[in-house]
Amino acid sequence: MRFGATQAVKSLSLDVRQGEFFSILGPSGCGKTTLLRLISGFLQPTAGQVLINGKDMVGVPSNMRATAMIFQSLALFPFMRVWENIAFGLEARGVGTAERRREAERLLELIALPGYGNRMPGELSGGQRQRVAIARALAIQPQVLLLDEPLSALDLKLRQHMRAELRDLQKRTGVTFIYITHDQSEALAMSDQVAVMNGGELQQIGTPQELYSHPKTAFVAEFVGENNALTGTVTEVSGGTAVLEGPQGRFSGRAGAGLNPGAKARLYVRPEALSPSSETGENRLKLAIERFDFEGAFATAYALLQGTGSPQRMFMTISQQGLSDAPAIGAPFTAGFSAEDAIVLSDD
Amino acid sequence: MTEIFDRFGKPLGGIFLGLALLWLAGMVLVPGVFMINASLRPHLPPPLRGGELDVYVLDNFAYLINHVNHGRIFFKTVWSSALVTLVTLLLCYPIAFWLAKVARRWQVAVMLVLLLIPYLMNEVLRGLAWYIILAFSGPLNAILIGLGLMDEPVRWYGDGGVVAGMAYAYLLFMLFPIYNAISTLDRAQIDAARDLGASAWRIHRRVVLPHAKVGIATGCVFVFMMAAGSYVAPALLGAPGSRWFTQIVYEWFFEIGNWNRGAAYGVALMAMCLAVVLGLLALFRVNLASAVK
Ligand SMILES: Nc1ncnc2c1ncn2[C@@H]1O[C@H](COP(=O)(O)OP(=O)(O)O)[C@@H](O)[C@H]1O
Ligand SMILES: [Mg+2]
Repeated sequence: MRFGATQAVKSLSLDVRQGEFFSILGPSGCGKTTLLRLISGFLQPTAGQVLINGKDMVGVPSNMRATAMIFQSLALFPFMRVWENIAFGLEARGVGTAERRREAERLLELIALPGYGNRMPGELSGGQRQRVAIARALAIQPQVLLLDEPLSALDLKLRQHMRAELRDLQKRTGVTFIYITHDQSEALAMSDQVAVMNGGELQQIGTPQELYSHPKTAFVAEFVGENNALTGTVTEVSGGTAVLEGPQGRFSGRAGAGLNPGAKARLYVRPEALSPSSETGENRLKLAIERFDFEGAFATAYALLQGTGSPQRMFMTISQQGLSDAPAIGAPFTAGFSAEDAIVLSDD
Repeated sequence: MTEIFDRFGKPLGGIFLGLALLWLAGMVLVPGVFMINASLRPHLPPPLRGGELDVYVLDNFAYLINHVNHGRIFFKTVWSSALVTLVTLLLCYPIAFWLAKVARRWQVAVMLVLLLIPYLMNEVLRGLAWYIILAFSGPLNAILIGLGLMDEPVRWYGDGGVVAGMAYAYLLFMLFPIYNAISTLDRAQIDAARDLGASAWRIHRRVVLPHAKVGIATGCVFVFMMAAGSYVAPALLGAPGSRWFTQIVYEWFFEIGNWNRGAAYGVALMAMCLAVVLGLLALFRVNLASAVK
């Protein structure tokens, strides 16, 4: 999809299965909204197809598609009562008043706001408005609900609460959700499948677990979850394992796709895969802890890599039980990880 | 009120408040009281003023009501002003919507320049432009006859010419409040309504119009008040049979020299306009403060 000279969404292809909670995750400006507007029919693609139920939708306007959109700003109609908002799609279809009221009441039950029908949208809290917007979209019985960062305006607590609620609503209604977010924890927490986008390109599609433990690109490894990166040059690739040599030492990990000896690459290791170790051998790092961030069940230790020219910060997760044995702040120690827990990806 | 004091402190706030009151007194209260006072007294030669005949009476208003023509002209003026308001509203709403939500940036710039240039001329010249366009042997008749739409030239001067000239003269006073109001409407609301299957008509009726209501009310108040008080357009574009009430007020004051009766006519027009405006605002359910804002 092009806007003049900018190509907002480049060539990509993705399949969403019926009844799935599908997220599109990517940083701001990567083309998520544009992609959603292509699916909804607000934009017509400059090239390519959108299929819904196997039917080509190019040229079909948004109101003729089996989709309904939840806007980033929610776009509730401020001069209509809550029930009129919810029943607006039915009103547009010529459904009678009594029937509309009944349906609005049913949907208000569904979103756990019974009796709120006569309020104005301005008299609702952020989370309630959120739910009304969803009810309004569900009222026209779409097969696909398109949600454009619907939680971004809410505060953290409410956002976490709404995640569970959205997820639950999706399971109960069985409607396919295509959910856009720039918040990776949101995507991981709610989705069946996640598509990661960057710069208008699709990086990877997979379940949250797949993305977390088998990232295919350096971008996904860094964007999804916390990760430690070690840079270097690939010296060996054999049997699914790659060896990387860099200023911090020699490391091995699972080899990502398209790795060749001599290529610049990065080795990624998750904070929870890194632990203090007395053994010497492969995949060892000399660290000194700067500080601990306690997060209840576990703590994150921020440590500086020792003995290299440029100081690099690594972080590792330490469980509550492990905390008593943890190295003291400032004292150098050796940490290690196993090659199966690390992945080497080409540096692009 | 307390806001002023909170913001500027007691002394400075007091000065501002005093200036505002002085302004109101000088521009509204004193002339108003003078007019109402004059309208309720009989017209007497100077020696008799202040004498026993100079008492409050309703004669001047009774004269207006009983006059064969003036009452009719009074209502025609109010009615025609309402018509001017309606015409400008019907013209401006689509333009305002187009400017605010459809047009590209350069189109907005071109349109605004085209609309504003005529307003660099004063009202007399703008009236004169229509005077020339509508002349019996002028361009409008020539074009319509040239296109074969008419066989004979038409006399446009008169009520039709006055309404057209005024609608043109006051177009921007309707356009800008509505344009401003629609500009602030979130695009997503229109998209949402369309996505839910609403027709263009329903989108306007249920989403755009309610949002633009205050702007529409403001524009209507402006245009109606200016049309009812207009003097130039009816003088230029009117015919002998299409006099505007302001022309009669003018005659009483400056041609006949009966200020008392002129004042009564002016007060009657003002009262009527106020009633219409308040009625309008009640109809739109907008209060005066937010309309003027
Ligand atoms: N109507 C448009 N005209 C021109 N450029 C646009 C338009 N819409 C989006 N873009 C550009 O396309 C890119 C992707 O935008 P968008 O899809 O909104 O990103 P996201 O939702 O991921 O933040 C941005 O660089 C943006 O500036
Ligand atoms: Mg966006």
